[in-house]
Amino acid sequence: MATVELSFTALPAHVRTARLVATAVARRSGVDESLLDEVRLAVGEACSRAVEGHQLHCPAEPVRLALTDLAGRFEVEVTDTCGPDGLTSGGASGAVAGEDDPEGSVHAVLPAGLGMAVLASLADDVQISATPAGTSIRMSWPSAGSSLVR
Amino acid sequence: MDLKLDHHSKDGIEIVDVEGEIDVYTAPRLRELLIELVNNRFYQLVVNMEKVEFLDSTGLGVLVGGLKRVRAHDGSLDLVCTQERILKIFRITGLTKVFGIHDSVDEAIAARRAEK
Repeated sequence: MATVELSFTALPAHVRTARLVATAVARRSGVDESLLDEVRLAVGEACSRAVEGHQLHCPAEPVRLALTDLAGRFEVEVTDTCGPDGLTSGGASGAVAGEDDPEGSVHAVLPAGLGMAVLASLADDVQISATPAGTSIRMSWPSAGSSLVR
Repeated sequence: MDLKLDHHSKDGIEIVDVEGEIDVYTAPRLRELLIELVNNRFYQLVVNMEKVEFLDSTGLGVLVGGLKRVRAHDGSLDLVCTQERILKIFRITGLTKVFGIHDSVDEAIAARRAEK
């Protein structure tokens, strides 16, 4: 069972809340202070991507975030219900980059899916898998163990 | 913290002061401001990010969009940023080669003047 689970309406405003909760739980789980910025950015990228996918495919469905304090690891799972096309429907940067430049030429500099690339470079363990309803992004960082049970 | 945006002219260059978090929620406001400035014929821009607390790939997309817009008018968009947490995402994405990134607004202006 996750230490903390969060389910939120797929609105951009809630991505910040997800980042704040994830960072707070990571700190409580003993993730080193030097890694908290990476956790915050990676969770933000994963949730942004999920929100954008939900807004395209299933705006009424919530995005789910699970934060788990394992033995020596802090694990984050972001789950969307965007269906099988979720991974290819633009990344955390793709949709905005496209809007920003209707000609699409901005993609020559900022490819769609950049958010996923950023995410992959931040967590030292990232697993992206298809679920029956969409996509699950699971990532983890080393932790010193929970201070919640002390 | 939400996003605060302001801008002023200095030595013929428009300085955009950004404070707070640039993410999927707030980035559209920065995009609108950059578009407004370009529409008002400000083509030499410096975005001061010294008070930015968070930047994600959505924000990067907006900055690149702004750069493309000013370059279409032979303009420039330089950044001021010394925070390691923000610089890191520019390095990860290779955008340190795309933007001029400076330690202060004065340095950004001087660098732009030197290129002319």
